[in-house]
Amino acid sequence: MIIKQLTVFIENKTGRLNEVTQLLGNSGINMSALSLADTSEFGILRMIVSDPEQALLILKGADFSARLTDVICLNSPNEPLALARALDILSGEGVFIEYLYAYSMDNKSANIVLKPDNIRKCIEVLQAHKLELVKASEMYKI
Amino acid sequence: MKCKRKIFGIAETEIPNNNKCNQSYPNMIWNEKMECAGRDEMRAVQTERLKETVNRIYHNVPSYRQKMQEAGLLPDDIQSVDDLSKLPFTIKSDLRDNYPFGMFTVPMSEIVRIHASSGTTGKPTVVGYTRKDLNTWSEVVTRSLCMAGVHREDIVQIAYGYGLFTGGLGLHYGCENLGASVIPISGGNTDKQLQLMQDFGTSVLACTPSYSLYLAEEMEAAEIKKEDLKLRVGIFGAEPWTENMRKEIEFKLGIKAIDIYGLSEIMGPGVSCECEHQAGMHINEDHFIPEIIDPLTLQPLPAGEIGELVFTTITKEGIPLIRYRTRDLTRLNYEKCVCGRTLVRMEKCKGRSDDMLIIRGVNVFPSQIESVLLEMSETAPHYLLIVEREGNLDTLKLMVEVQEQFFSDEIRQLEALRKKITHKLQSTLGISVDVKLVEPKTIERTAGKAKRVIDNRKL
Repeated sequence: MIIKQLTVFIENKTGRLNEVTQLLGNSGINMSALSLADTSEFGILRMIVSDPEQALLILKGADFSARLTDVICLNSPNEPLALARALDILSGEGVFIEYLYAYSMDNKSANIVLKPDNIRKCIEVLQAHKLELVKASEMYKI
Repeated sequence: MKCKRKIFGIAETEIPNNNKCNQSYPNMIWNEKMECAGRDEMRAVQTERLKETVNRIYHNVPSYRQKMQEAGLLPDDIQSVDDLSKLPFTIKSDLRDNYPFGMFTVPMSEIVRIHASSGTTGKPTVVGYTRKDLNTWSEVVTRSLCMAGVHREDIVQIAYGYGLFTGGLGLHYGCENLGASVIPISGGNTDKQLQLMQDFGTSVLACTPSYSLYLAEEMEAAEIKKEDLKLRVGIFGAEPWTENMRKEIEFKLGIKAIDIYGLSEIMGPGVSCECEHQAGMHINEDHFIPEIIDPLTLQPLPAGEIGELVFTTITKEGIPLIRYRTRDLTRLNYEKCVCGRTLVRMEKCKGRSDDMLIIRGVNVFPSQIESVLLEMSETAPHYLLIVEREGNLDTLKLMVEVQEQFFSDEIRQLEALRKKITHKLQSTLGISVDVKLVEPKTIERTAGKAKRVIDNRKL
């Protein structure tokens, strides 16, 4: 259930993001999901990759500040109000979401990557409401 | 614990071939007669040597003679150390004005060594040493090493630059004089530094404090544990550093970090040095008389007050200096030290009376900023200050590295850290600083003096 997200701290500098993608790409690591959050000073790159441990080693070896973060991924129907229903449940149970990013798989379903404050509780809540969580092994393969 | 040099002969046999045996090896005082002299005794020595020096320079150096004449002084007007304050000051530009050898008091045939300080602007400051001067220098460095607890069983890796800079060769001859084994590796070449440190069993490291932290970082990267090394003492100088930085170095390298002080104009390293109690640096005042003055009024300040440190050399032949203004801010403590030495102690320098930044009318010392950063575990002691003038307003920007382990995947935590640093700096300095968090290991490391400030203002 728990997915290892690769998180990289990058300064707002031309070419820095490209360095990350080049490094990973050249080592045969594929990205299944990616989100870049930015402030005026720095950005935080969050990625789901085919081999998180290996990717972490590669980036650390190149002096990047990188770490693995536990996240979960909710598979939801690709239809109006689907996300709203899921969020309703989570907020109703007092689960706080640090951040999320989502993408449609096709016209039937969408994946929502979530970083809750309490990951165990979040999983319990979602499972109790029969919401579908994506397995880590599947997530890395997309 | 006091012991005379002779004890070495006895102690030697008891010492196993392991450098981590400081406890069984008493720290010795190299020159007990001078280092533990009573105050009156010291003053008598200083008086005699001062009179001789003043007499010599008056007759040998035209620029000094002229200065004394302008002040209406004759050599006979200096009858004791109390008359020191009658003499005119010497400043760095005096040496530059007489570039290169104009202030030497002996013919070049007597000069056996020339050093020069890294001149950031204009010409370098050149100093010359006679054979006796080199002996004096070795003597004061040897005393310093003994203060630091170094002994002749030690293997000393000298990672100060060798060359025109006094750091490398200064330490070198002092170590040899003591009888320690010297590795004259000089600065830089970090991989080799680490390799020899392991292979040769280096027990004493001499370099700049910032370089020692860099070495510690590289050790971590190379997965070399401090426990695997025999390092036990560090002799660090040539740049200002804080107590917090000392703690960090001592922790990361598992050593005792000793502060050594010196400047090439006066001699080089060994003008003063801390003993194992780390309670101020003992000035070798039988060679260099210290004074503290108010840098604005130039009046001498009473003992214990912070001001600019001024030195008069009283045994130097090549280029004696009278009341040389170091620009270093510190204070003096004349109390006898627990180690038994009576040599006056100077505190770690508080900064310099000339590298002080004035930002929007507020005096800022880079060392204050360093203290703030080191108090926080989230930041690394690697930083760069950039001063700009936008319109008529000075801005201070701080680039600081975030410690690897505090890097968070949440922006609000990084923003919170940035706010925390900004707030702390604001309350310490009284001005706002634009803080920029940068990736670890992106601020340039140097083997020499760390460059901490870039002042882009055209003042």
